[in-house]
Amino acid sequence: MPDLSIRKTAFSVEEIFHEGGPVPAESLRRAAGIAIIENPFAGRYEPDIQWFMKDLKPLGLSMATRLVEMLGGPDQIEGYGKGAMIGEAGELEHGALWHAPGGYAMRELLSNSNAIVPSTKKVVGVGGRLDVPITHINASYVRSHFDSMEVGLNDAPRARELALVLVMSSGARIHNRAGGLVAQDIVGEDGLR
Amino acid sequence: MKVKIRKIAVNVEETRQEIGRAISPATRKAVAVAVIENPFANIYQEDLTELMDIGAELGELLGRKCVEALGITPDQAESYGKSAMVGENGELEHAAALLHPKMGAPLRAEVEQGAALVASSKKMGSPGQVLDVPLGHKDAAYVRSHFDAIEVRLNDAPRMNEIMVAVAVTDSGRPLPRVGGLTHEDAIGEDGLR
Repeated sequence: MPDLSIRKTAFSVEEIFHEGGPVPAESLRRAAGIAIIENPFAGRYEPDIQWFMKDLKPLGLSMATRLVEMLGGPDQIEGYGKGAMIGEAGELEHGALWHAPGGYAMRELLSNSNAIVPSTKKVVGVGGRLDVPITHINASYVRSHFDSMEVGLNDAPRARELALVLVMSSGARIHNRAGGLVAQDIVGEDGLR
Repeated sequence: MKVKIRKIAVNVEETRQEIGRAISPATRKAVAVAVIENPFANIYQEDLTELMDIGAELGELLGRKCVEALGITPDQAESYGKSAMVGENGELEHAAALLHPKMGAPLRAEVEQGAALVASSKKMGSPGQVLDVPLGHKDAAYVRSHFDAIEVRLNDAPRMNEIMVAVAVTDSGRPLPRVGGLTHEDAIGEDGLR
């Protein structure tokens, strides 16, 4: 990653056994990775920013690779999401640069990932938190897999930093029973159903 | 196991630079947290033995999770800490029962040696509240470069009848230590202090 200045990374994994109901045979696992990098456009309006997406590609791939490892391999992953927090000397548009390198990195590693990667972004102060949405990797309408994971670090992002986030999950909400399209009925062509 | 766990979360932080200065090797901290059922929620229980036994189980489980998450061997651990946050239907004494009587020995087994007191904190709390887990050198409490802390919070815990129990382990001290005192290299590690 020649042009990236990474200050820190943090990776989290959650294993959920139940939420007050019967304990299912399989627990739900969710993993999140966050990288704190220098925002090359902090403190000014820069019209041409798209070149930075290329620099972010290796970071996306390395974060996605680690999340896949944390959850036990590509065949374990059924949900994903991404997000960005922009330190106060940047602008929301800088966070949008993460869409392509973050999303395509995950889809590159996961087969049958036709669904768009849901995302969220915001400008925050240090300690800002982000609720990263999660949906099924192959069909956005799979209701059991609509979920989210909260991420954040007490010391980031500083004013001139970006916090870039990827999230993956191993399956449905732990006691899912709200109906809708189920994973077994996915057609898997349009990324929606 | 006696403990009833709703969820476990493990976080690893790696700091590669600070104020523009590279940190090589990067400093790394792990914290593992279990969200457990409080067996004594809403009741005054004189004998807290059950929580003490749960503390022993969690010392081993969470200590091991941290070491695994750091990808190190137990002897490579350098500092540790423990904390608990009790949901509103419990009492602070429940945290004390989990942390103090029996957690230390199994935790020390996971990080090899561990002559020093395990730094700790405890509080009452609610879902989403922050728990700051203090860190101190595992063999010599006076090692100044390893006084630190790591924050942990879960948006959905602790619920009122739950307790969040956290163990933190590192393989390093603060990123750019320069306030002097006893160093990791000079620590003897026999009396737990120096």
